[in-house]
Amino acid sequence: MASTDIEVPRESTLKPHPDGQVSDEAAESTFAEMDDHERAVPAIEFRNVHLSFDDRKILDNLSFKVQKGETKIILGGSGGGKSTTIKLVLGLLKPDEGKILVDGEDITNFNEAEMMRVRKNIGMIFQEGALFDSLSVYDNVAYRLHEQGVAEDEVEEEVRRMLRFVNLEDAIDKMPIELSGGMRRRVGIARALVGGPKIVLFDEPTAGLDPPTARTICELAIKLRDLEDVSSIFVTHEMNNVGYITSEYAVVNEAGEVVFEKEGERLCLINTKIMMLREGRTIFSGTDEALRKTEDPYITRFIRGH
Amino acid sequence: MNIATRSLLEIQETTMLAASAVRRLFRRPTYINEMIQQMDVIGVGSLTIILLTGFFTGGVLALQTYPTLKYYGAQDQTGMLVATALVRELGPVLTGLMIAGRVGSAISAELGSMVVSQQIDAMRALGTDPVRKLVAPRLIALVITLPLLTLIADAVGIGGGWVVSTQIYGMSSTAFSSAVWQGLTTNDIFGGFIKTFVFALIIGTISCRQGLQTEGGTVGVGRSTTTAVVASSIVLIVSDFFITKMLQVILDTPM
Repeated sequence: MASTDIEVPRESTLKPHPDGQVSDEAAESTFAEMDDHERAVPAIEFRNVHLSFDDRKILDNLSFKVQKGETKIILGGSGGGKSTTIKLVLGLLKPDEGKILVDGEDITNFNEAEMMRVRKNIGMIFQEGALFDSLSVYDNVAYRLHEQGVAEDEVEEEVRRMLRFVNLEDAIDKMPIELSGGMRRRVGIARALVGGPKIVLFDEPTAGLDPPTARTICELAIKLRDLEDVSSIFVTHEMNNVGYITSEYAVVNEAGEVVFEKEGERLCLINTKIMMLREGRTIFSGTDEALRKTEDPYITRFIRGH
Repeated sequence: MNIATRSLLEIQETTMLAASAVRRLFRRPTYINEMIQQMDVIGVGSLTIILLTGFFTGGVLALQTYPTLKYYGAQDQTGMLVATALVRELGPVLTGLMIAGRVGSAISAELGSMVVSQQIDAMRALGTDPVRKLVAPRLIALVITLPLLTLIADAVGIGGGWVVSTQIYGMSSTAFSSAVWQGLTTNDIFGGFIKTFVFALIIGTISCRQGLQTEGGTVGVGRSTTTAVVASSIVLIVSDFFITKMLQVILDTPM
């Protein structure tokens, strides 16, 4: 169990369940029952999306939804179309066919100027952090605010708050070159979270990191999901990450500290789903329990690693 | 795709990038600080090589032409020949080529590295238009600094010619200077400015385009940088021919 200082959660997305089993339908119905129609609109929706580069099919009829407050883990081997999927959400790539909706708005044919507006509500964490080499940690995290012309004292306050969130306030004056791989990813997370985006996209944020650092990154994703009500897509090919994110949740204890607890008899996670891609096609969609029960030879081999 | 189609596509994309950068200049936010920073990097940073290139080009021009002119008894015209050759042709072209080598490669390598390390994607993800933030300031900085650098190269080159003519060939300083003033016209200076303006656009757009379309990791960055310098240099020299011909017609200069 780990603990961190953080603000009080806005809303819990955890639901008690007697046997700890959650089906897709049950999770869907939970969202459908909500009075707030806004919440019933998926944060991200793909409808029959196709994408090819030259003659190579990257995504083949991909359809899925990420509900508000939900984390969708996209699993799959290299070249399966995982990173492409999140680039499509941001409009960094355009699909050949199909529709992409963000917060119910069809962004498929948005031009760059329209996408800029959509991107303001989305945070993206890149594989290697993608920090701007010429800017300090402070300036990297403050980037979005500087672009918006926010007053410097407000910028500093927000930057320090975000760096505290990722436990990196001490690195505020460092340059990206002075940071380790894990620190770069965490600064990338802090930068993506400035402005409080309600959708966060993780593109293999733990690739190449040692297990404790990878665990820290997963904890940040869990905190965003459970304490900040953020909808996210977490692209990974590491089963350890899947284990953490699908079985643990973050709560604030009486001392005001964030603690991570395992789901069990008391609570089970309904806001985390897994989708597995292979050669641009969905070969699995559902909960972690269902994933582990599947008999598909590719999936079982992927899970076991041999 | 054959080479002709690829070349046409490349010309189209590069032109569209330049047009898009110019369009974005008039929309907020404007990146004045980036522009000033780039002017410092391009202008002040290139000053040493431009001074050296200009001085020795003027010097060698005098070194080569004085004996030939002397053969015809026209050695007093050395200043005129050095000045007109520099202001009309050598100043803009050599400065352009030096800047293509120094600045074009740097722009392409910087943008290419940003592409392969996903910094350009990150910039777009953070709601910033890379054309406005990266391309437009570099283009403007080049358009402003290249004429100024050329002016310096011209002046220093004439100085180099003066040093060679007076110190090596014993020509009088007054004879050299009066030949310079006699030879130069406003049209020569204006024509030189027009050329540097076009060269700046060529270097800026080709280098930015090559940088932004980098693919294939660090090897790709090297490839983009080489292509940027080679393509800028070739297009610059080819365009120089056509601009010169056009200026001869428009400005009615001697043909």
